[in-house]
Amino acid sequence: MLKINNLKAKIDNKLILNGLNLNIKSGEIHAIMGPNGSGKSTLANVLSGKKGYKISGSVLYEDKDLFKLDIEERAQKGLFLAFQYPLEIPGVNTSNFLKTSLNAIRKSNGKKQLDALEFLKVVKSKAAALKIDEKILNRQLNVGFSGGEKKKNEILQMSLHEPKMAILDETDSGLDIDALKIVADGVNTLRDKKRSFLIITHYQRLLDYIKPDFVHVLMKGKIAKTGCSELANELEKVGYENI
Amino acid sequence: MKEKELNKIKEYKYGFSTDIETIKAPKGLNEEVIKFISKTKKEPKWLLEWRLKAYKRLKILKEPNWQKPKYPKIDYQSLYYYSAPKSFTEKPKSIDDLDPKLLETYKKLGIPLQEQQRLNGIAVDAVFDSVSVATTFKDKLTEKGIIFCSISEAVQKHPNLVKKYLGSVIPITDHYFATLNSAVFTDGSFVYIPKGVRCPMELSTYFRINASQTGQFERTLIIADEGSYVSYLEGCTAPMRDENQLHAANVELIALDDAEIKYSTVQNWYPGDENGKGGIYNFVTKRGACRGKNSKISWTQVETGSAITWKYPSCILQGDNSVGEFYSIAITNNYQKADTGTKMIHLGKNTKSKIISKGISAGNADNTYRGLVDINSKAINARNYTQCDSLLIGNKCGAHTIPYIKNKNPNANIEHEATTSKISEEQLYYCNQRGLNQEEAVSLIVNGFCKEVLQQLPMEFAVEAQKLVGISLEGSVG
Ligand SMILES: Nc1ncnc2c1ncn2[C@@H]1O[C@H](COP(=O)(O)OP(=O)(O)OP(=O)(O)O)[C@@H](O)[C@H]1O
Ligand SMILES: [Mg+2]
Repeated sequence: MLKINNLKAKIDNKLILNGLNLNIKSGEIHAIMGPNGSGKSTLANVLSGKKGYKISGSVLYEDKDLFKLDIEERAQKGLFLAFQYPLEIPGVNTSNFLKTSLNAIRKSNGKKQLDALEFLKVVKSKAAALKIDEKILNRQLNVGFSGGEKKKNEILQMSLHEPKMAILDETDSGLDIDALKIVADGVNTLRDKKRSFLIITHYQRLLDYIKPDFVHVLMKGKIAKTGCSELANELEKVGYENI
Repeated sequence: MKEKELNKIKEYKYGFSTDIETIKAPKGLNEEVIKFISKTKKEPKWLLEWRLKAYKRLKILKEPNWQKPKYPKIDYQSLYYYSAPKSFTEKPKSIDDLDPKLLETYKKLGIPLQEQQRLNGIAVDAVFDSVSVATTFKDKLTEKGIIFCSISEAVQKHPNLVKKYLGSVIPITDHYFATLNSAVFTDGSFVYIPKGVRCPMELSTYFRINASQTGQFERTLIIADEGSYVSYLEGCTAPMRDENQLHAANVELIALDDAEIKYSTVQNWYPGDENGKGGIYNFVTKRGACRGKNSKISWTQVETGSAITWKYPSCILQGDNSVGEFYSIAITNNYQKADTGTKMIHLGKNTKSKIISKGISAGNADNTYRGLVDINSKAINARNYTQCDSLLIGNKCGAHTIPYIKNKNPNANIEHEATTSKISEEQLYYCNQRGLNQEEAVSLIVNGFCKEVLQQLPMEFAVEAQKLVGISLEGSVG
């Protein structure tokens, strides 16, 4: 699904990713942990196509050069990023945004556009599964949403888009215990042989609910250690310094 | 390949011109030309005198110069003041007798005039350069006693109404461009809604400038008699030409007791190219008088075209309890400039006004909101609410808000809010990540920003306007 080879990324002449290698196969869930500032969000940004980085190395997505695709093309081809800090867009109605974006993705995949009624049906059932208050759908996108509501809104979009490769950047941070379970359920429902996840987190707790196939430790822009899900428990005990 | 596609959609869709034989007045502005116009239109003597009085006045007036967008001096003597298709020497009796080239032109503009293809629920008056070429659904309106025709026809058939109301809101002694219009106005629409009648369909005028080096000076007059209601929409386009073309229309609205007029404009004149060459100078005077008690006038404008837009649709709130509203979207891209807003003149008791202005600026464009709220000492309990929001796209454009408030009444209630925001890279990135391209993202954000105004448009046009908002900002990011 995703093959990252010797990836380096610089911003303002500061080297943030420094020769990162990672191979994610279809159906796998990988977790990435690592100290603040180690480059986790940078990795997510570079993969999703955010501008402003000087990049070397290669990334193959479904065996094709990822860097040849624009941000929206990556999204249309099934790469989804749940943001660590979802953006507020004043004036834009949440439901309308979700519908427009879903239809843009469907269109590029040759699927039929959903009309207002069809969309409403889908979004309502998905929102209910995530225990999202329907009222937020009629508010401006992320404006005044609580931290948890913003994160759930990201997962709602993930469940609408049904991406092939989902990257979750600290979606668990700031969620209460119930919300954490709900979000984990959201991921587990999507879990599928043809779908992969890259989950960035600081806490082993989320990984109790979503059992990853691999856990990686990212330090100073490189994968410093890889293990199975027990590695998360170990890290919780000993911290990063002893890796 | 992607870039090529983009250029294709960026092109102004209505930029074609119609090759048609015309009759023009001699070039230049003088008494003879005014007499020519009046004679060609077989006008009564009083109207010619009225025009000449305006012209006399014009000669002592100075062109105003306080506006933000400056423009090169206009040579009024090198313009044509009247241009009409030759086939109009005798006005065709029915739409079927129209020159096929004209029918084709309007069809291309999406305004089919023929019976079988007409837009549903909308009566259209089509103005081509200096003349009205056709008015649809006339019979259906006549049944209700509604008069909807070209102003030239109204002068012939309803002289008393025209004489009574023409110039009663915008007198010939007004400012330079308004007075110029009074002297040389050519055609435009006339509407009269009788007492107690609710106009059963949208009335609409579609203005098209075709001829080059020709100014367009329409005159629109709408009278809503006691207890009546009308919703009117104006649309406009012009071919792409290298020269700047002047458009100086006058629009007068009169609402009597308990009457309501809703006037919407979707202005899409040719804006000039990406380097600021060509485009229309849109210097228009629009004014409504809420003459009767409980009357209401509501202006909604979506200004996306023109090289320079300079206009202040206004309301004179004379009748007690009368209401004036102004909803505006002004979009400027590339080198376009806009200086627009409104004037709300409160004279009667308990008069209310509301101003919602959304200015969007991209590229090297400049966008100014300028508005006046004037509350007379007799306007007891007058209320105004003003909200001006500006949205910037990129770093080279400008937005300005200039509200003037004149209040002579201590118990008036005036509220003003203003915001300026910017579409950030981060917001665009977020939208892109959700599968939207730059243009779709900008269109979505901008449409969200001006939602309150778009909602005011008649349903049939809201969707078109939304698309237009997106199209006019194409190429503004990236
Ligand atoms: N635009 C920028 N200019 C300079 N430095 C930057 C810029 N963006 C990110 N950085 C730096 O890059 C490093 C990695 O940032 P990143 O956001 O990827 O960390 P992270 O691993 O996600 O951290 P956290 O756990 O706190 O979310 C940090 O030191 C950050 O300050
Ligand atoms: Mg981070």
